[in-house]
Amino acid sequence: MRRTGVFVCHCGSNIAGTVDVERVAKEAAKFPNVVFATDYKYMCSEPGQQVIKDAIKEHNLDRVVVASCSPRMHEPTFRRCLESAGMNPYLFEMANIREHCSWVHPDKEKGTIKSIDLVRKAAAKVVKDEPLQKSSIGITKRALVIGGGIAGIQVALDIADAGFPVTIVEKEPTIGGRMAQIDKTFPTLDCSACILTPKMVDASQHPNIEILSYSEVEKVEGYVGNFDITIRKKARSVDMSKCTGCGTCWEKCPTKVDSEFDMQLGKRKAIYTPFPQAVPNKPVIDRVNCTKFRTGKCGICQKVCPTGAVDYEQQDELITEKYGAIVVATGFNQFDHSVYGEYGYGKYPDVITGLHFERLINASGPTMGKIKRPSDHKIPETVVFIKCVGSRDEAKGKSYCSRTCCMYTAKHATLVHEKIPGSKSYIFYMDVRTPGKGYEEFYKRTAEEYEAQYIRGRVSKVYQKGDKLVVRGEDSLIGRPVEIEADMVVLANAMVAREDAGDLARTLGISYDKDNFFTEAHPKLRPVETHTAGVFLAGACQGPKDIPDSVAQAGAAASKAIGLLSKTQMESDAIVSNVDESRCSGCMICKGICPYKAIDAKLITERVGGKMAERQVAAVNKSLCQGCGACTVACRAGCLNLLGFTNEQILAEVEAVCL
Amino acid sequence: MKYAYYPGCSLHSTGIEYDMSSQLVAGKLGVELKEIPDWNCCGASAGHTTNHLLGLALPARNLAIAEKEGLDVMAPCASCYNRMKTSEVAVKSSEETKAKVAEVTEMEYEGKVGVKSALEVFVKEAGLDAIKSLAVKNLGGMKIAAYYGCLLVRPVGIGFDDPENPMTMDDMVTALGGEAVDWPFKTECCGASLPTAREMVGLKLVYDILTMAQSAGAEAIVTACPLCFMNLDMRQNDLNKKVDNANFQLPVFYFTELMAIAFGEKPAKTGVRKHFVDTSSVLAKYNLK
Amino acid sequence: MQPINLTSALAAGKDFVEKVRKASGVDVKACYQCGKCSAGCPVAFAMDYTPRQVMRLLQLGLTEEALKSHSIWLCAQCETCSARCPRQLEPAKVMEALRIEAKKAGFETEDEIATFNEKFLRSVASNGRVFEAGLVIGFNLATVRPFKDAGVAPSMLVNGKLKLLPHKIKGRDAVRRMFEKAEKMEGEHK
Ligand SMILES: Cc1cc2nc3c(=O)[nH]c(=O)nc-3n(C[C@H](O)[C@H](O)[C@H](O)COP(=O)(O)OP(=O)(O)OC[C@H]3O[C@@H](n4cnc5c(N)ncnc54)[C@H](O)[C@@H]3O)c2cc1C
Ligand code: SF4
Ligand code: SF4
Ligand code: SF4
Ligand code: SF4
Repeated sequence: MRRTGVFVCHCGSNIAGTVDVERVAKEAAKFPNVVFATDYKYMCSEPGQQVIKDAIKEHNLDRVVVASCSPRMHEPTFRRCLESAGMNPYLFEMANIREHCSWVHPDKEKGTIKSIDLVRKAAAKVVKDEPLQKSSIGITKRALVIGGGIAGIQVALDIADAGFPVTIVEKEPTIGGRMAQIDKTFPTLDCSACILTPKMVDASQHPNIEILSYSEVEKVEGYVGNFDITIRKKARSVDMSKCTGCGTCWEKCPTKVDSEFDMQLGKRKAIYTPFPQAVPNKPVIDRVNCTKFRTGKCGICQKVCPTGAVDYEQQDELITEKYGAIVVATGFNQFDHSVYGEYGYGKYPDVITGLHFERLINASGPTMGKIKRPSDHKIPETVVFIKCVGSRDEAKGKSYCSRTCCMYTAKHATLVHEKIPGSKSYIFYMDVRTPGKGYEEFYKRTAEEYEAQYIRGRVSKVYQKGDKLVVRGEDSLIGRPVEIEADMVVLANAMVAREDAGDLARTLGISYDKDNFFTEAHPKLRPVETHTAGVFLAGACQGPKDIPDSVAQAGAAASKAIGLLSKTQMESDAIVSNVDESRCSGCMICKGICPYKAIDAKLITERVGGKMAERQVAAVNKSLCQGCGACTVACRAGCLNLLGFTNEQILAEVEAVCL
Repeated sequence: MKYAYYPGCSLHSTGIEYDMSSQLVAGKLGVELKEIPDWNCCGASAGHTTNHLLGLALPARNLAIAEKEGLDVMAPCASCYNRMKTSEVAVKSSEETKAKVAEVTEMEYEGKVGVKSALEVFVKEAGLDAIKSLAVKNLGGMKIAAYYGCLLVRPVGIGFDDPENPMTMDDMVTALGGEAVDWPFKTECCGASLPTAREMVGLKLVYDILTMAQSAGAEAIVTACPLCFMNLDMRQNDLNKKVDNANFQLPVFYFTELMAIAFGEKPAKTGVRKHFVDTSSVLAKYNLK
Repeated sequence: MQPINLTSALAAGKDFVEKVRKASGVDVKACYQCGKCSAGCPVAFAMDYTPRQVMRLLQLGLTEEALKSHSIWLCAQCETCSARCPRQLEPAKVMEALRIEAKKAGFETEDEIATFNEKFLRSVASNGRVFEAGLVIGFNLATVRPFKDAGVAPSMLVNGKLKLLPHKIKGRDAVRRMFEKAEKMEGEHK
């Protein structure tokens, strides 16, 4: 005979409004093994918990059921309450009569009956509960940052400053990300490189930071506190330990390739660093385009390299390292507007995107900072900007607002005015969204002082007419179609997730939304965590963001990672899988099923027919097991059980409801 | 290949050249056309903008007759095609609509057969290779603006070609040795019946299309719709009279006429002599007489 | 300009907007007034309300303004608006639904277009097909421009493009019944 106490919560009127809580408590008192039942307005409140504690003492309870909200919400609260009353916290069950009942059922009578059933179920299970113990495990005090844009750099600096070693894995030859491509930054118009490069240098010189550029995460194993990460260091064809970054090789390389960094508007060599301030400032060979790799001839770079660093035989290298925390900061891509037939399917050379424009105005860009249109290098006089291209457009793009483009378009129009005397900018917009500090003022200056003509309406068609581009829109404020003959059209393309974001999410075991942005654990209250413990998010990989927001989020993610790494030991939950060794045949099917690699074989000695014999059985590593339960259904002998959810417990619940 | 042929009202009157040349091209390509017996008008845009159900039912009666014969329909006129397609899709996607349409037409149309445009049948299905192998004359680099009009490529997602930059006719022109000029008004609307019903509004649309074709360097326009054809061909004279500085003399062809000529038919047999704007000089220029 | 009383307009227009939604499948509330439809509409230059504004009139419940607009008659049903709407609405279908309702309500703000359509359909109803010569002559007479397009007639006659007598199909009675039934059935759905 157990001594169970049942506590029914009103949750204000949330539950009591549609469930007769008093009746539920009265009925519960009649269940087998229940010696005490009551109801209370807010079970989770201080006084509510006191009710439980008092009852435990007074009625000598050894099992507790709370009928209230979802265990996601308050299971930890009540477990702590039991613990402080001197009980094992796992001798406890929750009946969810709010989300599973009162919130979804309008009928009070039926809702009450269902609540009684749910409580009966919990009361039947709790009798079978056994005291469980948490286990703990050490932590690898090192962090991995995936992506070396401004967000990733900031995360790395913050964690490194706190004293923990950090590795940045960056897939490009250099860190810097999109911010390195940007010329000036809103709302202050300070030069992007001037504020970014010092940070890049800080990162490269920080004793706690290791930068693995031209590298990617290949495999993630283990769990929070102890991840085993396999990283692929792609073959650079340059020996980093010998190369001094002198630049002789890329000066002499005869093979020119369209530069990705310059948005195909300029050229780079086959052996290259993406831009002069690259970190590390050591080149890679683009093997797809290198003449040596294509035809076997050339080899000039190897000949001219004074330190003999060029190595055509270099292979990709796989390394596996241990980390305690991971921060993902892989950033964003620009939406590909070639789906917009009405804007020319991306085939008009003078219809460019925001990032193209950034390269055109950049003093170290392909035009030395002169805004020249790509087709004939003429300086445009009339520039039309079209906003929300691919944003706020379910038909051809994404449903969301990209948050940065209103501001960077204002910035671009300002720069056109500053750089091209006598020029005129037109900006087609649906809304102007400027909810940042100093943003609205910046926008106003663009329209007033820099004379950008804002026109409210979405453009329906852009077409080439001679050497002009005709832009057709509606000025929706006067309700008349309008036409502009432009020299250049700049599209504010949406910020979209990296094309490999889905793959990376699957590798990491984190979730992503319909648009492939990584999903935070809670949109308001856990904005930098993921649902996977130990993996955090920073920057535009979580959703469109400008630099201030990316940096702020980076700081937040770093502090979460630091919090984790500062612990000496990590407690893991007691709800783990358990092997009944006497029945285990040692087939080890479970081992392959476990996603956390928590199961291994072990040998036990036992007495068989008077003799001692060794036998193989499965063993669960309680620190690694996450209690997912996958192995328990895979075991053919049924000798794996999830503690807290044993077959016996589940059957007791089923019987309580069905019989 | 065998199709139920739905010429539509225009091909028996103002668009007679389209009918003549379509028959010739079908013959050459081995496409058998069997005219839908006792077909009725599809109602055009007047039908569905007056009574939605009527707009679905008029084409459905023709589809029902074709379905009895087990044949898909080929409709050369873009407007007829668009109306029939709309009706086909509506009947296929809703049992309720199907029942209502059946009640009005007093005939069963199950949606088992559908409609295709002549462009789809003669170019997409026949294939450019077949077209090239049948050609005995070459368009000799004639600069041609392919004009599809609006309805042929709509509704979006249902049509057989890209809604903003269709290429079927351009590909045909290229296959026959012409030069398909790249121009941005391939799918701008010609106004359909507006030039008749609301002359000055409709004429502006025609004017813009012709002007754009001219400035793209086209020596001729090729169309796949009798309404487009009539507006672009017959209205040039009106425009020259009514609009200052307008002086259009831009020959307009049905794509089937050019195909038939390239396949070796005598131009006169294809109907090109019946146009308002003279076609003989451009044909002469490229030895296509 | 008098201010519009939106409270009463919204309330009064509700049923009508719902009717338009049923007929056209378009929920005008979803329109975010971007104007892309109007920017691409070939006829917008001649309209009193651009297609976007027609959507707006319905959003605000200004039913009568919508029904009396010239736009719904001028619309050429080219579907450019529907093809490009970022919210995947179909303004062309709204135009169609409004025109049908305007006719029922007796608001034919564009006589010429209304007359043309009427003559067109009358020709179909009586012959089963359109008799183009009859249609154009009838239309020009009705709109008091007997000689418009007359210049082209002789050459069209010679070229076999104009028939002097209509072709009457055998099933013309069936077609006429279709007109009657459709009218009755759509009427019932009001
Ligand atoms: C045209 C334009 C102008 C802008 N102007 C401004 C402005 O003036 N002011 C402002 O505040 N914001 C501006 N922004 C926004 C700004 O670019 C972003 O806020 C910022 O770049 C986000 O930084 P991030 O580090 O999150 O991402 P990113 O800059 O995209 O960096 C991500 C990094 O991760 C790397 N990476 C990606 N995938 C992987 C992988 N699988 N493995 C390893 N590494 C990977 C990438 O190579 C990159 O280095 C502008 C944006 C655009 C498009
Ligand atoms: S081998 Fe030649 S082409 Fe290749 S990177 Fe070296 S210099 Fe350039
Ligand atoms: S930020 Fe501005 S331009 Fe960008 S999607 Fe949002 S509203 Fe459109
Ligand atoms: S294009 Fe669509 S969303 Fe934009 S104004 Fe027109 S109907 Fe509304
Ligand atoms: S369907 Fe009508 S409203 Fe829409 S674009 Fe065409 S003419 Fe304009």
